[in-house]
Amino acid sequence: MAVNDTLEGTHKIIEEAREQQARINPLAPTVNDFNQELTTLNLGPTHPATHGIFQNILQMDGERIVSGVPTIGYIHRAFEKIAERRPFYQITPLTDRMNYCSSPINNMGWHMTVEKLLGVEVPKRAQYMRVILMELARISDHLICNGILGVDTGAFTGFLYLMDEREKIYEIYEEVSGARLTTNMGRVGGMERDFTPVALQKLRAWLKSFPAVMTEFEKMFNRNRIFMDRVVDVGAISAERALNYGFTGPNLRAAGVDYDVRVMNPYSSYQDFEFEIPVGTKGDTYDRFMVRNEEIWQSLRIINQALENLPEGPYHADAPHYYLPPKQAVYKNMEALIYHFKIVMGEIDAPVGEVYHSVEGGNGELGFYLVSDGGRTPYRLHFRRPCFIYYQAYTEMVVGQTLSDAIVTLSSMNVIAGELDA
Amino acid sequence: MADQNESIPAQEEAAAKDPAAQKNAQLLALLHRLFGEDAFTDVEEPYGLLTATTTRERIHDIVAGLQQDQELQLNFLTTMCGMHFPEREGQELGMVYHLHSLTQNIRLRLKIFFPIADPVVPTLTDLYSTANWMEREAFDFYGIIFPGHPNLIRILNVEDMDYHPMRKEYALEDGTREDKTDLFFGR
Repeated sequence: MAVNDTLEGTHKIIEEAREQQARINPLAPTVNDFNQELTTLNLGPTHPATHGIFQNILQMDGERIVSGVPTIGYIHRAFEKIAERRPFYQITPLTDRMNYCSSPINNMGWHMTVEKLLGVEVPKRAQYMRVILMELARISDHLICNGILGVDTGAFTGFLYLMDEREKIYEIYEEVSGARLTTNMGRVGGMERDFTPVALQKLRAWLKSFPAVMTEFEKMFNRNRIFMDRVVDVGAISAERALNYGFTGPNLRAAGVDYDVRVMNPYSSYQDFEFEIPVGTKGDTYDRFMVRNEEIWQSLRIINQALENLPEGPYHADAPHYYLPPKQAVYKNMEALIYHFKIVMGEIDAPVGEVYHSVEGGNGELGFYLVSDGGRTPYRLHFRRPCFIYYQAYTEMVVGQTLSDAIVTLSSMNVIAGELDA
Repeated sequence: MADQNESIPAQEEAAAKDPAAQKNAQLLALLHRLFGEDAFTDVEEPYGLLTATTTRERIHDIVAGLQQDQELQLNFLTTMCGMHFPEREGQELGMVYHLHSLTQNIRLRLKIFFPIADPVVPTLTDLYSTANWMEREAFDFYGIIFPGHPNLIRILNVEDMDYHPMRKEYALEDGTREDKTDLFFGR
C-alpha cells in the first residue's frame, strides 16, 4: 500500500473517497438468477424485532436474503467527545448508557480503569461486592437476551418468567445504588456504600428462588423441538471468522473459543472463584443460547462463592484525593470538607499516562482506553464496545438465510443499540 | 497532591507487579527481530502494556507480520482508534492499535502519528474484517483516510456532516461564551 506524502495526493484520495461514497450501490445485484426482480426490504430503524434502533436494508429473493447493508448511529450520543470535558467521576453515568442491560459491569469497568491510572488499590470487600454486582448484571443481561430470543421464536411464556426474575435483580440494584436501569453504581476507589441488610436479604432470597425458575426455563427450551428447529444451524459463524471479526464474549465462546477476560486477565479478584467457561461448537444461534444459559449458572456459582466469603473490612479505598468523603463528615470535619471541595471543583489532577483496561461485559470484552494528560478530564477516551465490533459480521451471517432466521440471529447476538452507537 | 511527577512511580510499580513484564521483553525482542530495531521508537510499558510508536509506512507490514507469526500469535485486533494532538506540529493525528495474543495472553499497543494535512493511513481491512467499522469510525471522528477501504463512509454521524467532530478544535461548548470562565473548573 503506497501512502501519499504530498498534500495534493491526499486531496485526490479524499476526492476519490467522496466519489466512491457517491456512486456506491451496495444493494447490487437487483435481479436473481432467473432475472426476477429482487425486493428491497427495510428492516428497521424502528422495528419490533430488531430490539433497538438500527436499520438493515436487505435485498430479498423471495424469502431469502441476498445482501444487506447495516446502518447504525441512530442513537449516537458522542460519549467519547463528551467524556473529554468531564471529570472522571462524571463519566460513570455515560457508561451506564452503553450496554444498559448490564450497566453495573460498565460502571465497574470504568472505575477499575481510573483506579489503574491512579494506582488506587481497592479493598477486598469492595472487590467482592463488585463481583457480586457484575455477575448479577451478567445474569440480567443474559436473561433479557435469551428471553427475547424465546419471544422471537414464538414462546412468550419463558420471557415473562425471566422478566420477573430480572425485576428482582433490579430491586437488588435499587437497594445497593438507588437506581434500577442506569445504575451509576460504585465510585472510583470502591463502592459508595456498603450492602444494606435489606440488600443482602433480597440477594439471598433471590439466590434461593432463581435456580428453580431457570431450570424450568431451560426445560421449556433446551430440547424443545419447535425451538430447536428455529435456531439450530441458524446464523452460524466459524471460530476463525469470529476471531477475524473481533468477536468476544458469549458469541465467540459459542463458536468454540474459550476466551474470557475474567480468566485471562483477572480483575477485581476473579482469580479467587471457581467457575467454568462454557463453549459451543458451531457458533450458531442455538450454541449462543446454550452458552448464555450455562453462563447464568456459572455466574450464580460465582455470586454464591463471593457472598459466602465476603470479607469484612472497608468498602472503599483510603484514597481521599479521589473518593468523596461521606456527606455527614463534610458538614462536621475540616479535612472532609477540603477534600470534598477539591474533588468537586476539580482541583485534583490525575497522573499523566495511558491505560487500557478491559472487563468481561455482557457481550464480550468491554475495553476502556484512557489517555490522561494530567488534567481532571481524560484527554482521550475510547470505548471498545463489543457490540459495535461484532455487529459488522451480521450481514455475513445472515446472507443466504431466510428473514425469520435473520431475526433470531440478530436476537441471539444480543446487539444493544446503546453500546453499538455509544 | 497528585502532580505529574507521581505518575512515573505509579507506572513503574504497576509494571513490576504485572507478571507480563517478562512476556513484554519477549515480545519486544520478537518485534526487533522481525522488523528491525529502527522500526520502533518510544518503546514504553505504561501500566504493563508494551507500547511502541512506528510509522504509517510500516504499520501494515508489522500488523500483517504479527498476524502470521507463529511464536506469539498476535492475531486478534482488539481495537483501534484515532487521536488528535493539535500542538504537535507535523504529528497532529494519530492511530492507536491494540493487538492481543489469545494463546500467549500478550497485548501490544502500536501507535502511528502523521500530519493533519495528510491524514492517509493504509487500511487493515485486508487483514482483519473487524478493521472495517473501526476505520470508518476513525474516518468519521477524525477524518483519517484509509485508501483501499471497501466502503469508507461515515458510520455514526450523519452522512452530510462536513467536519470531523472528535478533532480538538471542535470544543463541546461555545468557545466564545464570556459569562462562564473556566478559571475554577480546570480545562
